[in-house]
Amino acid sequence: MKKKGAEIIVETLIDKGIDTVFGYPGGANIPIYDAIYGRSEIRHILTRHEQGAIHAADGYARATGKIGVVFATSGPGATNLVTGLANAYMDSVPLVAITGQVPTHMIGNDSFQEADIYGITVPITKYNYLVKDVNKLEEVINEALYIASTGRPGPVLIDIPKDIQESTAKMKKNITVRLPSYKPNIKGNPIQINAAVKAIDNAESPLLYAGGGVVASGACKELFKLAKKASIPVALTLMSMSAFPTEDKLCLGMAGMHGTKYANLAIRDCDLLIAVGARFDDRVTGNPNNFAKNASIIHIDIDPAEIGKIKKAFIPIVGDAKSVLSELADKVKVQKRRKWINKIMNFKKEFPLSYENSGKKIKPQKVIETLSELTKGDAIYVTDVGQHQMWSAQYLKFKHTRSFISSGGLGTMGFGFPAAIGAQIGNPKKTVVNITGDGSFQMTIQELATASNYKLPIKIILLNNGFLGMVRQWQQLFFDERYSFTDLGESPDFVKIAEGYGVKGMKIEKPSEVERAIKSALKYKGLILLDFRVEREENVTPMIPPGGSIETMME
Amino acid sequence: MAKHTLSILVRNHPGVLSHIAGLFARRAYNIESIAAGVTDKPDVTRITIVVKGDEYILEQVTKQLRKLIDVIKVVDLGYADSISRELALITVKSSKETRSQIIEISNVFNATIVDLTEKLITLQVVGNDRQIKGIIKLLSFFGIEEMVRTGVIALPYRSTRD
Repeated sequence: MKKKGAEIIVETLIDKGIDTVFGYPGGANIPIYDAIYGRSEIRHILTRHEQGAIHAADGYARATGKIGVVFATSGPGATNLVTGLANAYMDSVPLVAITGQVPTHMIGNDSFQEADIYGITVPITKYNYLVKDVNKLEEVINEALYIASTGRPGPVLIDIPKDIQESTAKMKKNITVRLPSYKPNIKGNPIQINAAVKAIDNAESPLLYAGGGVVASGACKELFKLAKKASIPVALTLMSMSAFPTEDKLCLGMAGMHGTKYANLAIRDCDLLIAVGARFDDRVTGNPNNFAKNASIIHIDIDPAEIGKIKKAFIPIVGDAKSVLSELADKVKVQKRRKWINKIMNFKKEFPLSYENSGKKIKPQKVIETLSELTKGDAIYVTDVGQHQMWSAQYLKFKHTRSFISSGGLGTMGFGFPAAIGAQIGNPKKTVVNITGDGSFQMTIQELATASNYKLPIKIILLNNGFLGMVRQWQQLFFDERYSFTDLGESPDFVKIAEGYGVKGMKIEKPSEVERAIKSALKYKGLILLDFRVEREENVTPMIPPGGSIETMME
Repeated sequence: MAKHTLSILVRNHPGVLSHIAGLFARRAYNIESIAAGVTDKPDVTRITIVVKGDEYILEQVTKQLRKLIDVIKVVDLGYADSISRELALITVKSSKETRSQIIEISNVFNATIVDLTEKLITLQVVGNDRQIKGIIKLLSFFGIEEMVRTGVIALPYRSTRD
């Protein structure tokens, strides 16, 4: 029996196990919306902006490990996805965006709500399609889901003209994807793996530098096993914060610009750096020439293009982090490395993260610390971008993988709250906390309506300093305190805004109220916003200036 | 800086060329020449790209090219190790006095005269980059009216490899 293109899209998604879609309807994707109308197998979440929809799909994918799917219409609907696509591309998040397009015969005519979204998204997607034949549609959806979720994951966009959604074709079902030119390498080369084992066994002071790839491939157990068996400390990136238990003595927390001093010292002093699923981002390395200067490098990554991009690898291993780490963990010798571990322990004791607590104004770090103590790592923390994001990475203690969700590569303000919506949709029973700033939050504040409508019990921790804090910090440090347009002026009444959306809001102004407020929010069954009026000009420390190294660290 | 000839086999899909060109453009990496055409397999296109550049960037671009879903194979032919050819059509000004000189030059370069008027001669020449540049240099004395080059196409020398 023949089916309409729109039905083929929906059927294929359902067949492939997609049960949740985020989106926003419009003129050019009405047929798709018509096809999901009344279909109970798919849950559609209506946001208030397409950017909210794609960030929610992204948060859903990061929190669950499943593919995030987003629908949008042509023109502005599609272009509103651009930031979200770039964000997912930078952080390697499996995402499929399905956009409506003007009818085939109108493409290129500057028609109403027409934009060349295929062309626009070439550099920010793993792959993209403009489907011009309804007979190819089923195959394309299958391929897109496969490409998005295999190898190095990433976003795939499928642009589908309205007439293709309405014309009919036969469904084949059970299509096997055949892409002769796309074969991700999962297993590492045995010779290289043996070389790595030998290098690890012989190293005096090895260090694991784990990136987001460890989370993406579900390799946290293997990472833990390797670290424990061979006594190797672990430095994390923003993308891998929840990949290794914070309380473990081998955990060095975040490395890099706002990382812990002890992680950065360990990188300076190690003789072997084992990079796994990490891409030597400039926020981690500073000046790459001074990064891990005394170490030879084993670089494990599923994407061969990452190897040698920033730092030359002494032993390159192309493969999936889970597979390679599991082999390494099995083969390396049990070692204690007392001298190296003692040195690391002394670093940790000598240079802990710290801030001054005057007791007069609320310290943002204190809010995060309190949140961490009260949740005990049993929550999914979703941050926006800015100072609050760095304080979260520094002061939260993680227990479970996929419990820290943050926009790493692109640094997208406005990502956090919609991503928290996605995380909560994917994990209805878990506590989801959105940690945000007054700058970031106002970029996607309208999604309060979405969260309120679906009764999502997200806890919003708003660190409100009335500034674009991170930029203000840079202006203070590098631009002679010329605070050009970073003062947001009079804050809106966030409690009233929340109430307007049917959300409970609380304003907290005294340090003595912090703990009680967070406690009551965690106990509260619904969506709640806590507006913490924090110390306005607090800085994120320590800090390695951009392009610098541990020697230039500011404390 | 060394010259490289990249031979890229891709799936014959719309948009592939823009994906590939985009990779170079993003790194502000100048393509000297690009030529595309189908191979013996109708669903496979061969794109030949000639670039001048440092090894590091070239290695990065090659790796990024291999990553593209539609790219089947990327070979850096090594400029010296390949048979490369390019075709040029050159229209040159001529008069009664200069015509025979131009024909003489064209004979030396194995060029063919494909069009002739009282004031203009159009030559077709096939050769490697050096040969094409050579004839262009000589003809420029007479005044080149118009010119087009196809861009280089190349295959590896089999005799030295197999």
